[in-house]
Amino acid sequence: MTNEIRKTGRILPAPENFVDPKLAHEITTNGMDETRRGFLINSFLAASAGLASATAMAGSVKNNAFIGDPNILSLPEHSVTLGKPVVTNAYGMPSKYETNLLRRESPGLTRVSAASVSFAPLQGLFGIITPSGLHFERHHQGWQDIDPSKHRFMINGLVKHPKVYTMDDLMRLPSVSRMHFIECGANTAMEWGNVAVPTVQYSHGMLSCSEFTGVLLSVLLEDCGYDKQNGKYILAEGADGSGMTRTIAIDRALDDVIVAWGMNGEMLRPENGYPLRLVVPGVQGVSWVKWLRRIEVGDKPYGTKDEAIHYIDAMPDGSFRQYTSIQECKSVITSPSAGQMLLDKGFYNITGLAWSGRGKIKRVDVSVDGGRNWNVARLETPVLSKCLTRFNIDWVWDGSPATLQSRAIDDTGYVQPKINELREVRGTRSIYHNNAIQSWKVAASGELSNVQVY
Amino acid sequence: MFKSINRTFAVILLLSSSSVYADKYSNIGRAATEQEIAAWDIDVRPDFKGLPKGSGSVAKGQQVWEGRCASCHGTFGESNEVFTPIVGGTTKEDILTGRVAALVGNKQPQKTTLMKVSTLSTLWDYIHRAMPWTAPKSLSNDEVFAVTAYILNLAEIIPDDFILSDQNISDVQKLMPNRNGMTMNHGMWDVNGKPDIRSVACMKDCTVQTQVKSTLPELARNAHGNVQQQNRIFGAVRGVDTTRPPMTAPIGFLIKQEQETQNILSQANKDSSVKTDGLSLSRKNNCLFCHGVANKIVGPGFTEISARYKSDPGAEARLIEKVRKGGAGNWGETLMPAQAQVSNDDIKLLVNWILKEVK
Repeated sequence: MTNEIRKTGRILPAPENFVDPKLAHEITTNGMDETRRGFLINSFLAASAGLASATAMAGSVKNNAFIGDPNILSLPEHSVTLGKPVVTNAYGMPSKYETNLLRRESPGLTRVSAASVSFAPLQGLFGIITPSGLHFERHHQGWQDIDPSKHRFMINGLVKHPKVYTMDDLMRLPSVSRMHFIECGANTAMEWGNVAVPTVQYSHGMLSCSEFTGVLLSVLLEDCGYDKQNGKYILAEGADGSGMTRTIAIDRALDDVIVAWGMNGEMLRPENGYPLRLVVPGVQGVSWVKWLRRIEVGDKPYGTKDEAIHYIDAMPDGSFRQYTSIQECKSVITSPSAGQMLLDKGFYNITGLAWSGRGKIKRVDVSVDGGRNWNVARLETPVLSKCLTRFNIDWVWDGSPATLQSRAIDDTGYVQPKINELREVRGTRSIYHNNAIQSWKVAASGELSNVQVY
Repeated sequence: MFKSINRTFAVILLLSSSSVYADKYSNIGRAATEQEIAAWDIDVRPDFKGLPKGSGSVAKGQQVWEGRCASCHGTFGESNEVFTPIVGGTTKEDILTGRVAALVGNKQPQKTTLMKVSTLSTLWDYIHRAMPWTAPKSLSNDEVFAVTAYILNLAEIIPDDFILSDQNISDVQKLMPNRNGMTMNHGMWDVNGKPDIRSVACMKDCTVQTQVKSTLPELARNAHGNVQQQNRIFGAVRGVDTTRPPMTAPIGFLIKQEQETQNILSQANKDSSVKTDGLSLSRKNNCLFCHGVANKIVGPGFTEISARYKSDPGAEARLIEKVRKGGAGNWGETLMPAQAQVSNDDIKLLVNWILKEVK
């Protein structure tokens, strides 16, 4: 019974502003006693002067007999009034109560917001599909909203028939719809050395997953008669100011790469490359060229700016690994996670995401004692290749400090490494491709924070 | 058995005949013209395939630089204000070896472009396709040669009187300070590549060091804004109020606090006499589905009602009754339904608002 009472309290919004912040903090830190309870009542009375007599208020608080939840006992407005008609919002929006989970920038990470990143709020997302409006952003020279009737796509280079396609042309071709994750090669970059960011949004939020619809690049390359003898690489090029370019090996290009226009049932969002982008499953996001205008078939790699100056992994011996592309197997607990707090002891569902650029997730293990002991988590379906996989595991928290970790294994047998194992080979300045096990510390207060434990 | 073999043959025949690309997707796409390819095929490869003819001097490059580039990159390409620096950290020795010594052991905290880039084509291609930042692709080919020459001169890779051109650029490539600094010796290019780290999935009593190696610096706690406002306001967890230091008390107090608050709030709701204004009240009670403020929708606009009744002393009582019980005939044949769900207080407020305040 006590539990039910507590639950009614929990679904209320956070305490209203009438409580002086100092007092609220004192209560949170040191708990409620008679003095503070008195202060709390008085501060409410001050805020609502004239509404009720002091004695009535005090009496109601002291008299704690539970009759029932007012949300049940007095019918709420939505149960006794007429609701809004259809097409009030011709393009539906999230509830007015869902204003906290937004794409956000990491202050100080970049100095110009047109060459920057916004992170997806993984801490509050469910399942594996990222809502299109919350898909992470990475632009190199700002985003554009391109008129699709004027957009052209060209294939040239080592092909028998260099061709130009309109969107009308492309959308007539046989299409595929496939779910894939996209992760920036620099996701979790800020954590190579030390803990630097407060939540999973900033540590892992350059990650999203969508159902993409488009035509396989192999179909288009065949249609142009690409040179099967000498065609070893392709160059993908964007129509934006940066003219974003990346090299992709031909076997990759012919495998599962999609020239895509659809994302989660509708057209791509402008921030994600409307009307056409490349989808390169398993490969870091920078190769998924947005506002795609051209594919060139060639016999050598192209050494573009984002292959020779950025997106190169700095090694301890001073060399750079060039063309590092595959996003290796990785996972993270999205909730409970750093910057969140548990409200009580007892049962929790630990939930998170796992993915691999080399195939399917085979298993996810979860530890609540900082990696000493592990248990196998449940994988939710679907479990798809080069796609996010949602995992869940039951946990009963006894109120003592704990450290939560997840560890993914893909179907090649690769085990997600610990940060010290990564550092032994790659040092701490690599920036890119940090796929280490993430640790969240749970304090006795219920607050979670970002830590490194190994 | 034979049947299925025949079928297989038929399928193979079908596939091979339909893979003649020109026929398969008939009437989709068209041949690109030479001019179209020339307009878009602008990439320049490390072996300088794709590089157009042209040239530019260091001196000309300095002019272009000061007019078009220096505001972001600094006069000497050294600025760290808007973008990471282009020039700095390379030596005469590096030009000889083709390896930037400062990269070893990461002695240089900030890596400049010239410390990293191994291929000169990359600089030319990128400046040509994407610079200047706010007016990409606006430099002529000769200007791109000139600006590239100026950058190389700043790093003392080429002398002050140098003229960079399509003829000598591959010689200059041989002077790039980090030309030997790249490696493809890794397993992350090919999907079947060999990973460089082999971890083991220990399950029980695994060796882990007890102390926490790194925690969030205190200064970073609230650096991304208040995390409380970046989490849902209900559900299994709440966002932490990062404007305050971490809580020290064990779990439980928060729940008590919320419960106290709820008790007080529910009492307050009962006693509350705070009223909202007429417009929100009419919105809340769905009046605006049928009545516009100034215009007729199904029923008359509020201003029309006000104009007709505001000087009628008995109107208030009659209108209250009308809202409560419904009626028809005063403004047309359409029925106004009874509004029994609207409280008497609200009806009174609404009618008064319409008569006295709506203009």
